[in-house]
Amino acid sequence: MAGRTDARWVITAATVVVIILAVLGILMAGGYDTPRALAALWNGAFGSSYALFSATLVRATPLLFVGLAVGIAFRAGVLNIGAEGQLLAGAAAAVAVGLAMGGFPRVIALPLALGAGAMAGGAWAGIAGWLNLRFGVLEVISTLMLNFVAAYLVSWLVRGPLQEPTRVYPQTVELAPSVHLPTLIDGHRMHLGLVLAVVLAVGAWWFLTHTAAGFRVRAVGAGRDAARSAGGINLGRTTALVFLASGALAGLGGASEAMGVTFALYEGISPGYGYSAIAVALLARLHPLVIVLSALLFGALEAGAAAMQREANVPSVLASVVEALIVLGVLSFDHARARRRHA
Amino acid sequence: MSIDAGEFLQASVRTATPLAFAAYGELVAERSGVINLGLEGAMIAGAFGALVGAGAGGVGAGFAAAALAGCAAAAVMALVVLWLRADAVIAGTAVTLLALGLTGTLYRALYGAQGAALSVPTIAPAAVPGLSHLPLIGRALFEQPMMTYLLYVVAALLGWWMARTHAGLALRATGERPVAAFAAGISPVRVRAWALLFGGAMGGLAGGVLVLAQVGTFAEGMSAGRGFIAIAIVVLGRWSALGVAGAALLFGAASQLQYVFQSLGWPVPYQLFLALPYVLTLLVLAGTQRRAAAPAALGTALTEDAR
Amino acid sequence: MSDCVLALEGIDKRFADVQALRRASLNVRRGTLHAVLGENGAGKTTLMRIAFGMVPADAGAVLLEGVPVTLTSGADAIRRGLGMVHQHFTLVPAMTAAENIALGGHGRLDMRAVAARVQELGERTGLRVDPSARIATLGVGAQQRVEILKALYSDARILILDEPTAVLTPPETEELFAWLRRFVAAGGTAVLVTHKLHEALSIADDVTVLRRGQCVLTAAATQLDVPALVSAVTGDDAGGPQTAPDRRTPQRGARVARLDAVSAQDARGVVRVREASLECFAGEIVGLAGVEGSGVHELLRVLAGRLVPSRGVATLPPLIGFVPEDRLRDAVIEEFTLTENLALRGAGARRGRMPWSAMAVQTAGLMQRHDVRAPSPVSRAGTLSGGNQQKFVVGRELDEHPALVVAENPVRGLDIRATAHVLHELAGSAAAGSAVVFYSADIDELLPLADRMLVVFAGHVREVAVERAAVANALVGAA
Repeated sequence: MAGRTDARWVITAATVVVIILAVLGILMAGGYDTPRALAALWNGAFGSSYALFSATLVRATPLLFVGLAVGIAFRAGVLNIGAEGQLLAGAAAAVAVGLAMGGFPRVIALPLALGAGAMAGGAWAGIAGWLNLRFGVLEVISTLMLNFVAAYLVSWLVRGPLQEPTRVYPQTVELAPSVHLPTLIDGHRMHLGLVLAVVLAVGAWWFLTHTAAGFRVRAVGAGRDAARSAGGINLGRTTALVFLASGALAGLGGASEAMGVTFALYEGISPGYGYSAIAVALLARLHPLVIVLSALLFGALEAGAAAMQREANVPSVLASVVEALIVLGVLSFDHARARRRHA
Repeated sequence: MSIDAGEFLQASVRTATPLAFAAYGELVAERSGVINLGLEGAMIAGAFGALVGAGAGGVGAGFAAAALAGCAAAAVMALVVLWLRADAVIAGTAVTLLALGLTGTLYRALYGAQGAALSVPTIAPAAVPGLSHLPLIGRALFEQPMMTYLLYVVAALLGWWMARTHAGLALRATGERPVAAFAAGISPVRVRAWALLFGGAMGGLAGGVLVLAQVGTFAEGMSAGRGFIAIAIVVLGRWSALGVAGAALLFGAASQLQYVFQSLGWPVPYQLFLALPYVLTLLVLAGTQRRAAAPAALGTALTEDAR
Repeated sequence: MSDCVLALEGIDKRFADVQALRRASLNVRRGTLHAVLGENGAGKTTLMRIAFGMVPADAGAVLLEGVPVTLTSGADAIRRGLGMVHQHFTLVPAMTAAENIALGGHGRLDMRAVAARVQELGERTGLRVDPSARIATLGVGAQQRVEILKALYSDARILILDEPTAVLTPPETEELFAWLRRFVAAGGTAVLVTHKLHEALSIADDVTVLRRGQCVLTAAATQLDVPALVSAVTGDDAGGPQTAPDRRTPQRGARVARLDAVSAQDARGVVRVREASLECFAGEIVGLAGVEGSGVHELLRVLAGRLVPSRGVATLPPLIGFVPEDRLRDAVIEEFTLTENLALRGAGARRGRMPWSAMAVQTAGLMQRHDVRAPSPVSRAGTLSGGNQQKFVVGRELDEHPALVVAENPVRGLDIRATAHVLHELAGSAAAGSAVVFYSADIDELLPLADRMLVVFAGHVREVAVERAAVANALVGAA
């Protein structure tokens, strides 16, 4: 037991060191002003109340939603790599409903728009779920295809039925204030979506650990055949539930982003949150409560990277390198652990 | 305004060329049983490699560097999936993310933040005497950059190789049932490693075509999901060399339709046409998944008794 | 021995916490048929996989024609004239016979030439198959012929066959043996791995017996008889394992389960059970036998309520205990705790919250009652030994006194003590009024316990006398 724990820390530490060295290496090889870049990274993420409440936590919010979406899907062995498309579907539906609900009071308009986002995300993932259960289509391929379809759908919406009236910009008009998610602190961009996401994370954890349905989800992910044979668990029904729940979470993420940050729909509304989500969920070992922390870390990373680009001219895509290295680090960590178990 | 069908087809083939390069790479990987989501990464790495190589040693060096860079991305994928035995879907996503980030960072480091103005020489279309005068398809198929002709050769060779050599048989068997290949003295790990590396080289060349035969410059994230499209093409092409050609052409044509509609002044929502091939891919999957076209072991890791 | 073509000397092999082979040796003479006997788990297959280069040995040497060789892969072995027919066929179902046979070759592939050679080889050896037939469409007998042809196609002179008769009908078995004798007579060498004593005695020249990873006997078949082999295989001079509990005369109670002309399909849609009818009564142990592919596994799943019949009516009690053969696949989840694994039972129908604290108490009680040795109810199932895992599964499935218990090879791979424990649990369950259906691949495990014997052959169920000969005959479809 002790040996295993030691190895876990050694590899975690080694991964962190490798990632730091890689980033430093890239910075120095690129001839950047490394101290300045690192300072910008830190300041951009945590250096001021603005950085924390208007950058890091704002970016962490959608990552938390989609991280939970991916986490719960992977827990059940459903390889949903379509959180991006589900997020777009959710954002589009929330904006469509939000535009229609402009005249309604907030207590009605907000839940309806959020609900529309969740339902659209769930439905989008539901297509992949149905294809999987009815026709045996690998969800890896179907969710990937649906990402593209969703992106083109948004592209059409903002140039067609939902385009702003002057027909100049490929985007919708701004949502009425009654469908804006309220900010949490005056003068900062952090909004109610974060609270909702954290509540959902706790809810997801409670669901997985304390409810029968959540137990079924875990059992199907950890051992399909035993779940069916020893547990009498209906694999199809459980898998379908997971597709819907995962999609709904991602859809809510899209709704929250549209109603809390962008206040409009346009093509680039997600800079690949759905893909980063895989790294977020994996770093947290698919544990909903830890996903809160890893979303925070990734939010900080992206906020810091943006600041680094502004202030030290270091491209913000460096954040993707770190994300990728974290995923690869987690994978090699698992490998080492598996070897120990079988040695 | 009117449209020229020959011109439309020519443009379709041009758009389809990088897609087909990547798709043939993916075809080999999937025939060995691996869904390579790292292909998108190989492609952007190839595009960047092409830029660096062509800047240093001309177009030829550019393509060589593109293939090498694609291979490097695939090597990471192979290492993680085959040696670390990680899930291929997660690993592929990570490799793509890594390549997108690294190329973006290196590009700015090497060429500065305003590097977008940078351009490299492109290879012009070269008409094949005689054939290019065929009605309708002449210009489409035979007035293209050299790389398109190379693609024809690769596609034909690949089709022949998969059906008519023992190595091709070994590849197919590994994708169908790795345990059977192993028992016959074949190393499924090695087969999948080579398949991934070949796929990476092809993905890299696809990126090279993008830079050196089409756009003439590099831009961050310029692969724009084409590596993922290649996966759709392989599915739509029913995992056959010929089918992949047809599917690639379909995707190419669908993306050219928008210009046709624009030139005709039709207010058709061209985005829906762009989405159509993906929907079609899903329909094809739904219609035929249960039949035997897909490699039976596609997307499954190698078990202990097959290594 | 100068005419020794294949020798394995002092082979050690360890898998995780199991010593599969301990200084195991084997000497196969040229032009002979050598039987390797042993119980399930004795190490036969592992030894053969080492001989074939598929598994590296921890220690020891492999000698071909007296020369030490290092085989690092099946390809090495094939190149040196070895061929192996695996117990579970290693064919690609979607490919043709000819493609499967050509697999592993080099260079150009001319399918027409391959097909012609296969045809010619088939005619010369009497192993006829249609080269262009897809494997998925062939029966097991034909698939086995493809496997053998595959070995002969690459010029194998030494043929290793791992339990080749497990899936064959009696005429197919006879045909195979006749062919093997001809192969050996023509100068070939064959190693036949089997757990069937009579088979070894009737066909082999030499016999080697493996027990718990060690070679305990090597002799010419003519110098051996069944009792000698039994004691060598089981390691017991009394001639049989003494693990079976005493059974009082059973009191047959009410009928608890009934199958009426039930047919059932496997996962691939192949009909495995054909119009089977049977009844089980409270308090009895029904022994069930059947070879691989006979439909016995599907029948067990129908009885356990895990497989819905495609035809006919299965009348089953609401509570059924099921101990499946593949424990780690179908019964426990390794990364779950024992409490979670207990919670698995009935998880499909559970509503609302999980009563974890009550379940932990229940798990602790179950561990005590069924002698499951683990640190605590929150130990992960994967950290337990196989025997304790199985005791846990049996405990979980019997603890609520189900009206029907279905056990599929419940003691396979277990040590003597765990075996005795599990068998006592089953007998106790019947004594307490459950109907117990007990399947084992080993007839000798069934006979001491069974009140009645049912045998499945080619999907049909038949009741036979509780006698070795009767069961053995029915297993292979002989009257």
